[in-house]
Amino acid sequence: MRTIFQKGWRPALVLILLFIVWEICANIFDIPKWLLPAPSQVIAEAISGWSVYSGHLASTIKLIITGFIIGSSIGIIVAIGLHLVPFLRQAFYPLLIISQNIPTIVLAPLLVIWFGFGMLPKIIVITLVCFFPITIALLDGFRQTNRDLMHYMQMAGGSKQQIFWKLEWPHALPSLFSGLKISATYSVMGAVISEWLGASKGIGVYMTLASSSFRTDRVFVAIFLIVILSLLFFAIIIALEKRLIKWKPLEEGNGNESS
Amino acid sequence: MNHLEIAHVGKSFGETNVLHDISFSVKEGEFVALLGPSGSGKSTLFRIIGGISWPSQGTVNLNGDDITGKRGSISYTPQSSSLMPWRTILDNVLLGQEIAGKRDVERALQMIERAGLKGFEKSYPHELSGGMQQRASFIRSILSPQPLILLDEPFSALDEFTRLDMQKWLLSIWSEYKRSILFVTHNIEEAIFLADRIIVLSARPATVKKEFIIPFPRPREEGILLTDAFLQWKKRIYQEMREQ
Repeated sequence: MRTIFQKGWRPALVLILLFIVWEICANIFDIPKWLLPAPSQVIAEAISGWSVYSGHLASTIKLIITGFIIGSSIGIIVAIGLHLVPFLRQAFYPLLIISQNIPTIVLAPLLVIWFGFGMLPKIIVITLVCFFPITIALLDGFRQTNRDLMHYMQMAGGSKQQIFWKLEWPHALPSLFSGLKISATYSVMGAVISEWLGASKGIGVYMTLASSSFRTDRVFVAIFLIVILSLLFFAIIIALEKRLIKWKPLEEGNGNESS
Repeated sequence: MNHLEIAHVGKSFGETNVLHDISFSVKEGEFVALLGPSGSGKSTLFRIIGGISWPSQGTVNLNGDDITGKRGSISYTPQSSSLMPWRTILDNVLLGQEIAGKRDVERALQMIERAGLKGFEKSYPHELSGGMQQRASFIRSILSPQPLILLDEPFSALDEFTRLDMQKWLLSIWSEYKRSILFVTHNIEEAIFLADRIIVLSARPATVKKEFIIPFPRPREEGILLTDAFLQWKKRIYQEMREQ
């Protein structure tokens, strides 16, 4: 907690200053509420409108968690498959990269045509944005396995299975977590995009409704909710990482940054 | 009976000849040092003995069995950082046994205590000093079921004082457990102090240049490092390595 406070007070201060400037400008220039609401108005709406958006929020969180779990599982399975079968890696690695050049926003309407407005197309969208960072990070982790340790395992007569579970998998765990961190924030974005396409509930729906009725304050509430959700998921992954990866030496210079 | 027998091993990568007609043996319980300049193909030779690389010519025999290209017959300790950072010292030390099938925690704990690492069983390698890490990885080799231990410049990353302590410690453990050791180094003094026999390798392509039998009686004390006889040996081997 102390380190978070020590590291975090600078950006927090900048953020608060920004909000103050925003608030003052909104008042001085008398900007209409539908154009740019002042932060105080956004906060007021966030508090008074809880009953309006709480249902949307719950539905989005459910979607994010389901999508993230499915997406990262697929990412991990794909990475392991491509790593263990060199032929598959040669065949599919370029295709994986191409698949990421298709914008999700273009693909999403197609998915709706094929799979309707239910959960499935939304989960596919989240999976598509989620699995790639995980697969790439994990494959990199496997590839960078320490060669001395690899030689040790091989000379000691370790089977392919033993080498994987005792060496390559634990060695790639930190890489897996860097992929998971990216995917966690991507999955929030993926969920909101998929909700834009057609859903009855969710932050994405709340946001479209708000913007089409010029409730700009609600749009800002939605934006803040999305940011908070992203940060929350990011923090959960970091907490999980800290629990699982105890061996990583502590970052140096954490407590006594002076410059 | 000869324990490890390397017969006419050669290795070339395309046009470059890395190893040329290397033959030597390591007897049971013997401590043999391979002395050669850096980049003389020692690690290639180790990979061949360890069975993860095939020689272009020649064979590797262990106790009469052909182990050319066969893995799991020797225990290898690489140059540095050979402990797995995600395993505690106890789990690291047991790794060799784990691969072979059975863990003997009792004995591992005894060995850890014997190596002066008591209290560190549950620590991770990054919490230990370089010398302690090397001791742990050496215990791992002793606990492994393989009869022959390959040590690849294990002390090259340590400072002079730690190194001497480690050498003495290695000798005491070795005299107690009597495993055969093949020790690679480019430090002449280290080779003379530790080994029964020194095999001098030439630079590329590596080939056995000369073999010296070191007559100093065991147990060896660090005092012999400064005797005239020791310096004479150092001179002889140095001159041998200088000659082209």
